[in-house]
Amino acid sequence: MSSVSLGRARHSERRLAVAMISPTVLIMVLVAGFPIAYAVWLSLHEYSVQTPGLSRWAEPFGLGNYLAAFGSAEFWAALRTTLVFTIISVFLELVLGMAMALIMNAFARGKAVLRAVVLVPWSVLTVVTAIMWRSIFDPSLGFVNTVLGAVGLPDDTVWLGQTPNALIVMIIADVWKTAPFMALLLLAGLQSISKEVYEAASMDGSNAWQTFWRITLPLLRPAILVALIFRTLDALRIFDLPYVLTKGAFDTNTLSLLSFQELQQNGIIGLGSALAVITFIVVMAVSIVYIRLMRPGQEAGR
Amino acid sequence: MKRLRSTLIALAVVLVVLFCLFPFYWLVNLSLKTGSELSSAALFPANPRLTNYLSIFQNPGFLLGLRNSAIVACSTTLLAILIGAPAAYALARLRVPGKVLILGGILSVTTFPAIAIAAPLFSLWSDLGLYDTLIGLILPYVVFTLPLATFIMTTFFRDIPVDIEEAAEIDGLTKFQTFLRVVVPLSTPGIVTAGLLTFIFAWNEFLLAITLTSTPQARTVPAAIAFFTGSVQYEQPLGTIAAASVVISIPLIILVVIFQRRIVGGLVAGGVKG
Repeated sequence: MSSVSLGRARHSERRLAVAMISPTVLIMVLVAGFPIAYAVWLSLHEYSVQTPGLSRWAEPFGLGNYLAAFGSAEFWAALRTTLVFTIISVFLELVLGMAMALIMNAFARGKAVLRAVVLVPWSVLTVVTAIMWRSIFDPSLGFVNTVLGAVGLPDDTVWLGQTPNALIVMIIADVWKTAPFMALLLLAGLQSISKEVYEAASMDGSNAWQTFWRITLPLLRPAILVALIFRTLDALRIFDLPYVLTKGAFDTNTLSLLSFQELQQNGIIGLGSALAVITFIVVMAVSIVYIRLMRPGQEAGR
Repeated sequence: MKRLRSTLIALAVVLVVLFCLFPFYWLVNLSLKTGSELSSAALFPANPRLTNYLSIFQNPGFLLGLRNSAIVACSTTLLAILIGAPAAYALARLRVPGKVLILGGILSVTTFPAIAIAAPLFSLWSDLGLYDTLIGLILPYVVFTLPLATFIMTTFFRDIPVDIEEAAEIDGLTKFQTFLRVVVPLSTPGIVTAGLLTFIFAWNEFLLAITLTSTPQARTVPAAIAFFTGSVQYEQPLGTIAAASVVISIPLIILVVIFQRRIVGGLVAGGVKG
């Protein structure tokens, strides 16, 4: 093949590549990139659908909305709730998910059935998960207080109507829905560890506990990090659970929910956008930290 | 010793199964109760009745929600595949100008909180007449699902031996024809996985569904259920809410159970790439 036709082939390949990828790029720019930029713009303006005069092209507000957010107790409460919820629920999901993965890995029979069972919580809609746990912790028709009473514990706890119980229910609901998902990601990692590694370890005389800490855990590091990223980013954005469980009452208001309330319920678009941008920045910052953590473990990265 | 170990493992497995299934069983139990039974914590309905199920299928809000969810989830899936598959092929096989930048952009979209899009879209859609429409939901759903769908398909396209594609090109097919007639059919499992995960996302999504809609005409099922509470019915709507919750979860559970292997594989692939 002559160099001229090679060049032409390369040129046409480039054109094809551009044609094939541009719909994706276009829709990303139009429906994600542009709205984010617009959100930043909105957050720098004083704009409310409910106050006459504060219409779309109202006064630029500088950092006023951000100052208002940082000056409000609700913001700090929501930030704290979001972080507390994320740290506790992701930690519990990791521990429980790891336990479930080890159990499933050790159980020889019915792997497909077991995997299907474990996927049930993950496939129940988040809104339904919230409705379900709300009814489970309901004082009269839920079974939690009945069971607690039967074993001699107080049976009159108000679960969703006080601090910090409401947050505990929210964490339980989230752990139920996503620990199994974590388990499956970790199980995939466990199954990729070769048997020989374990055989070598048992020849060296290490017991199961030592093997777990010295071999399984280090080898699982990439799988754990991936699962943690997935879960942390989702937990930081949590909205459905507090919305259905408590509407944000009793210290369960999260950043996403607070932003939603300002936007949708109060119609204060400027402040709501500022809160949305802050949520965005928090999530971005955490994902950058994770990407940094990922790097040393991943020699195979492109 | 060996026997004790396997008994303990079996016991642990039973606990895992109970943990996963019992709460959902509780919801089913609740949905079969009526009247005064709804205020007792009994683990079995004394008189199982399908009343709640009959009543939700007469509830226009729920039926519209089902219709809307079906339209939105199917359209989102179709669009995400149609738009994402060519992009995935380009990323897997072709020299794309600015590849790193595009990959980075797609990746960063996966971290966007829905609320950061909801705020501006609420404003924009009102201006463009897309507020409270199904298209107004489908567009952002496509954006949120395209990254994972594209990554999954890219992984599958990369795994196809280059020899097969070169043979097709020697047979006179252009690159694009090779993609359509050789690569796509060989990657059906990957495309199905991407489609399933997209469908699940769209069926599940709640924040945008309540932010960008205001009437039952455009509300999807999760949003419709959230507005069930305090409706005109005299009876406490908990039984009907439970029934509706079961009904909308069943299609997903069936899909997930049938395609479990693919879904887990897809999530792992998407996760590793992501």
